[in-house]
Amino acid sequence: MAWFRKDKKPLKATDRRDVPTDVFEKCEGCGEILYRERLAQNLNVCPDCGFHLRVTADRYLEILLDEGSFQEMDAHLQSADPLGFTDLKAYPDRVRAAEKKVGRNDAVVSGHGTLDGLPVCIAVMDFRFIGGSMGSVVGEKIARAARKALAERCPLIVVSASGGARMMEGIYSLMQMAKTSAVLARMHEEGIPYVSVLTDPTTGGVTASYAMLGDANLAEPGALIGFAGPRVIEETIKQELPKGFQRSEFLLRQGMVDQVVDRRELKDRIAVLLRHMLGAPAGGDGA
Amino acid sequence: MAAGPHLEFEKDIVELQEQIERLEGLARNKGLDVASELQDLQSKLEVLRRETYQNLRPIEQVQVARHPQRPYTLDYLDLVFSDFQELHGDRSYRDDEAIVGGWARLDGNTLMVIGHQKGRDMKENLRRNFGMPHPEGYRKALRLMRMAEKFGRPVVTFIDTPGAYPGLGAEERGQAEAIATNLREMARLRTPTVSVVIGEGGSGGALALGVTDRILMLEHSIYSVISPEGCAAILWRSAEHREKAAQALKLTSSNLLALGVADDIVAEPDGGAHADWDQTARQLQRSLAKHLSELIELDMDTLLRQRWAKYESMGAWLGEDGALDG
Repeated sequence: MAWFRKDKKPLKATDRRDVPTDVFEKCEGCGEILYRERLAQNLNVCPDCGFHLRVTADRYLEILLDEGSFQEMDAHLQSADPLGFTDLKAYPDRVRAAEKKVGRNDAVVSGHGTLDGLPVCIAVMDFRFIGGSMGSVVGEKIARAARKALAERCPLIVVSASGGARMMEGIYSLMQMAKTSAVLARMHEEGIPYVSVLTDPTTGGVTASYAMLGDANLAEPGALIGFAGPRVIEETIKQELPKGFQRSEFLLRQGMVDQVVDRRELKDRIAVLLRHMLGAPAGGDGA
Repeated sequence: MAAGPHLEFEKDIVELQEQIERLEGLARNKGLDVASELQDLQSKLEVLRRETYQNLRPIEQVQVARHPQRPYTLDYLDLVFSDFQELHGDRSYRDDEAIVGGWARLDGNTLMVIGHQKGRDMKENLRRNFGMPHPEGYRKALRLMRMAEKFGRPVVTFIDTPGAYPGLGAEERGQAEAIATNLREMARLRTPTVSVVIGEGGSGGALALGVTDRILMLEHSIYSVISPEGCAAILWRSAEHREKAAQALKLTSSNLLALGVADDIVAEPDGGAHADWDQTARQLQRSLAKHLSELIELDMDTLLRQRWAKYESMGAWLGEDGALDG
């Protein structure tokens, strides 16, 4: 082939600033190239601009619970395919692909452990699993964690990250909103504390059920939190949304969350709040 | 779907109706005796109606559920109840007219009736926001439910909404919180509650009136986590696939009964509720009376325990041994 006939490969955007992602990660907030290791030490918060990069469910368990205290529950629960749902892909194939990607059976990890010495039940969602969507398994695991909290009379913490209901489970996915809220109603009656942590993004049916029902609703900085997604709203009102709309700081101003809390302070903040709600004396260093 | 008052699959029914009218006109004008022909056509019409309405495809069910001549909440308040006194407002922001509610009597007994309200023309739809509530609508509903609890009266809700309104103000005023609070508070309301899906049960906006002791569905109503159009747009990348989505979502009353979500189906006349309001209203009245009389027999702790058990067992998952649970 003559040199002037040689096909040119098109230049891709990623070719230009190729970052070896196993060592470095680019901050989505300020564009700074960050050492992965240093970033991890900083709980995936950009040391330069404070942007909160998403982290996995397992990482939240490490961040929030005392080392070695976590006992997982109900890890074996798996999605059924109650409707025999097939769109461009069959639902069971989507679930299997997500299982492989995330290494978990569904979009929530639940169990119990201690937080600054306080026994707690906890459920953490993982957005990587079909967009953190809530189907029967998510609803059931949250409900079981809440029932355990009821039985042990210990606080419940749920860390949410979700695109909403899992429509491949049809009406059952909608009914998980009712299910989780019904258990929370019982906790409410029993006076058992529930702290909801809203992370990026928390939208749809999860926001419109347990994520908004905390005795304290805590949001990570800059998280997208809402019911309808921003694109749907823009299509409805035919105009661009104002900057910062549906972000944590906006929800704080609108009175929908109690505090916006930096991930690095989250554990201490929850401990202080829980001790207030439990009527327990202040912790070791004033916590 | 045709823009006119008739649905596409009703074309043959409409033609037959017109044929009957023509024949009747002819008989009047010319004094002809067409009684037997008329009778033939009438019975043909009945059979056609029954066959059509017993074999609706899911997307056709969706069209019937959204039919603009279907009775709405205020129509049932007129046909089934008496003494209706509407109560307005959430006491914090405004009166959301996409949800109506107030005291009414069923067979002489006072209850609180709350429901989504759609409009039939553009003017009324602007006022009712096409039956899509804002947060203050859910908050008004909750205010009325709590008042029913205070006075020891049962609550009946009518569900008929495309869904919560995806607008700026609705988000600003916290529609997620408003829906969530209704779900939790309905789960612990200390009075018997019955919801009836009368048309379109659209997602969270529907469920916000739907955490009740009994869930009834009119035969041709639908109840779904997302509209077939919305589902198709996301999963099939085009709203044109709504027919496939309607099929896949299993959103008809018989689907929901089989899935254990609906407790009972209220039969509609052949031709659908829009064809005969009075008969639909009579069926609804009977069904409401039956379920309410069963519920008021229960003491409050039993009622709540049953309600919690109902919602806490919903769903299907593979459990401990890979067997289907839920």
